[in-house]
Amino acid sequence: MSPRTQVLLWGAQRISAMVLALCVIVHLVTMIYAVRSGLSAAEILGRTQGSAGWFAFYALFVAAVAVHAPIGLRTIISETLNWRGRGLDVLTGIIGLGLAIWGMRAVFGVFSGGGA
Amino acid sequence: MDNLQVRIWRGTDTGDFQDFEVPRQESQTVLDVVTYVQRKCDPTLAYRFACRVGVCGSCAMTVNGVSRWTCRTHVSKVAADNRLEIAPLRNLPVIKDLVTDMREFFDKWARARGRFTGSKTRKDGFAAVSPESKERKRVEAGIECIGCGVCYSACDVVSWNKDYLGPAALNRAWTLINDVRDTDRKERLAAVAGDAGCHACHTHLNCTERCPKGLSPTAGIAGLKRAVLAATLSGEI
Repeated sequence: MSPRTQVLLWGAQRISAMVLALCVIVHLVTMIYAVRSGLSAAEILGRTQGSAGWFAFYALFVAAVAVHAPIGLRTIISETLNWRGRGLDVLTGIIGLGLAIWGMRAVFGVFSGGGA
Repeated sequence: MDNLQVRIWRGTDTGDFQDFEVPRQESQTVLDVVTYVQRKCDPTLAYRFACRVGVCGSCAMTVNGVSRWTCRTHVSKVAADNRLEIAPLRNLPVIKDLVTDMREFFDKWARARGRFTGSKTRKDGFAAVSPESKERKRVEAGIECIGCGVCYSACDVVSWNKDYLGPAALNRAWTLINDVRDTDRKERLAAVAGDAGCHACHTHLNCTERCPKGLSPTAGIAGLKRAVLAATLSGEI
C-alpha cells in the first residue's frame, strides 16, 4: 500500500471517528428515551419502519463503523503481531466489507420490518 | 551519607545486571555514579559521555526504568531509597553495557530528510525571517533537540513498529517544514507520510514527558499529520 493511501486511510479514520461520536450520542439518547418511556420492541419497530430519517441515520452509523474499525484493526494487528503487507490489507478490507454487509442487513431489518 | 546500591547492565542485548556499591555524595549525578564505577570498581564498564553539561546528548541511559540524560539527572531526584538501576536506552541495539548503537536512530533522521536544503549561496544576503512569524515560532518550539535518543527510547510505537521514524526525526522534519528558507518541503512531507511516518504516532506523549530539553515532539508530529494530509488532498504529494 502506498504512503499516499496510508495517509488517506488515516484521514478517513479521523473523519469516521467524528461521525461515530455523533452517532453514538444520538443512538444512546434515543435508546434511553425509548426505554424510559416504556416503549415495547413492537412500538419501536413501528416508529422505525418506513422512516427514511432513521434509515439514513443508521446507514451512516454502519458506514462509519465499516470505515473506522478495519483501519484501526489493521494498525492493532500490525503492531501486535508484527504483520504488515498485502495479506493484512486484504483481511482487514474483508472485515470492513463484512461489517458493512451485516450492519446494513440490520438497518434494512428495522426499516422494512423483520425482513432481514 | 549512606552508600548507593547500584545495579548496572552488563553485556549486549543479552546479559545481566551487576551490583556495585558507590559512596553517596552531595549534588551527585547519575553520570557521576557510572563514572565512579568505571574508575574505581570495574574499568571494563562501557558507557558514553562527552560534555557532562546537557549539551552533547550522548549520555542518555535508562535510570530506574525511565529514559533520562544522566549528566543532569541528580541522584537525589531518582533514587530516594538510595537504589539505582542503570540500563542502556531501549529500542536500540546494545553494543556493550550502557552503550547503544545509535545508527538506526540517526539513519531515520536522514530518512525523514532531516537535513536543511536551501537555494541561496554564500554570495547572497541573509534571509530575513521575522521572529514573530507563525513558522519561526514553530521552529523555535522544536529546534533545541540535542539528539540524545531519550524520546526514541521512551516511545511505545518504536518498540511496536521498527520502521517508525520516531519522535526526534519527525520533530526535526517539522522544524524544517516550517523553515521558510528550506526548499525540500514536498520531498520531506512525502518522506514522513504513512505507516512508518508521522501517522503511526498514537499521541501517547511519552516523548514529550521524557524530553530533557522540554520539547514536545508530539506537537510537531500532530502538525506533520495535518500538513501531510493537506498536501495529499491537494495533490502536492
